[in-house]
Amino acid sequence: MAAESEYFQRDRALQPPAYTPAYKTSVTRSPSRALLSLANSLSEVTGPVFGHAELGALDHDLVRNYARTGDPIGPRIIVHGRVLDENARPVPNALIEIWQANAGGRYRHKKDNYLAPIDPNFGGCGRTLSDAEGCYFFRTIRPGPYPWRNYINSWRPAHIHVSIFGAAFAQRLVTQMYFEGDPLIATCPIVQTIPDAGAVDRLIARLDLNESIPLDTMAYRFDIVLRGRRSTLFENRLAGN
Amino acid sequence: MTKLDYLHETASQTAGPYVHIGLIPNQAGFDIYENNFSNVLAGQATKGERIRIEGCVFDGTGTPLRDALIEIWQANAAGRYNHPADAQQKKKLDPDFRGWGRAGTHFETGVYAFQTIKPGAVVGRSGRPMAPHINFWIVARGINVGLNTRMYFSDEPDANGKDPVLNLIEQETRRDTLIATREETKDGVLYRFDIRLQGERETVFFDI
Repeated sequence: MAAESEYFQRDRALQPPAYTPAYKTSVTRSPSRALLSLANSLSEVTGPVFGHAELGALDHDLVRNYARTGDPIGPRIIVHGRVLDENARPVPNALIEIWQANAGGRYRHKKDNYLAPIDPNFGGCGRTLSDAEGCYFFRTIRPGPYPWRNYINSWRPAHIHVSIFGAAFAQRLVTQMYFEGDPLIATCPIVQTIPDAGAVDRLIARLDLNESIPLDTMAYRFDIVLRGRRSTLFENRLAGN
Repeated sequence: MTKLDYLHETASQTAGPYVHIGLIPNQAGFDIYENNFSNVLAGQATKGERIRIEGCVFDGTGTPLRDALIEIWQANAAGRYNHPADAQQKKKLDPDFRGWGRAGTHFETGVYAFQTIKPGAVVGRSGRPMAPHINFWIVARGINVGLNTRMYFSDEPDANGKDPVLNLIEQETRRDTLIATREETKDGVLYRFDIRLQGERETVFFDI
């Protein structure tokens, strides 16, 4: 197995810096010293492996996984896409976990006290594993925008939080998926922590009418790219013993 | 410059204040999954010395984060990772140990905790042994890209002194930010490991 190869260096120009003062919370939570660059060892090129047996049959279906008296309120959507690496190879068996507000912009969370109501039929989280081609899908409802305390009048664009495990701890990623056409994206201090316009654009899911189910559910497409790995053309002293 | 045909890694965004909903829904205050990932890594059959890890994640003002999420990834007691890329064949896999867990910091105290086993030493690059360590990944509101660091053990001074990663840290005093202190308590062995995001004793974070 040629699994010991190293991962490409993370391209920090496409990632938000730690200190982004327009997103105020980052000011006291950002390391002020440079990160120490570490060549990959076994500790970085390994990571937890998850199996289908750990997930429930409805874990990927947010329309049904917390339904009590009926379906949740809001536009029914499918979110689907592929998990690829930077070499455009599919990443199979990637654990993808999502969480989101309900259609009114309210989270089912002890600490969220926004006045929009909790939806009794919506939990707001789901999880799945990508298949052999890296494909994944969720069914959910479209989340609403909501206010937050950054500036007095700050509103988050509608978004779904996404957490992904690839094959290695070095590929671990948390991000947020936005929706095509949302006017709040351009002014959101969290979105705008990302310095590269192309990188922002790739966080915006596109309406995918081809995958939409007529008279039932619209689809959005969101592809996820994890770090790629070098080919093992020559040994680079990674393997031990 | 020639444009090569690579894709670009998806940009990171903060996990936000409600990370619990997605990753540890019980802490958010509701029960949805049958099988929940947790901060307990070691079961009854797991081999190795039982340890508890506890600490806080402090911001630049010295205030503990009450909304952080931490994941750890570690080798088993023999020093082998439960992953196909670890080919240290002389060390046995432990079928009762995955080596991964996640914990939220407490909403009032800010304390996080893991129950696990002390890992063995893993071979490093060029065959140089690394001192026993646990890999940490920290996300929270206000953290734009998840932070990677390592926890080493205070009762391994010789191994720590030779560890190739600790030795990369130019300022020797900063190496101490990665060393958890061992305490024997009535409930067993406890390692205290505080993480400081910013300031004088800022933890060393890695770009892995």
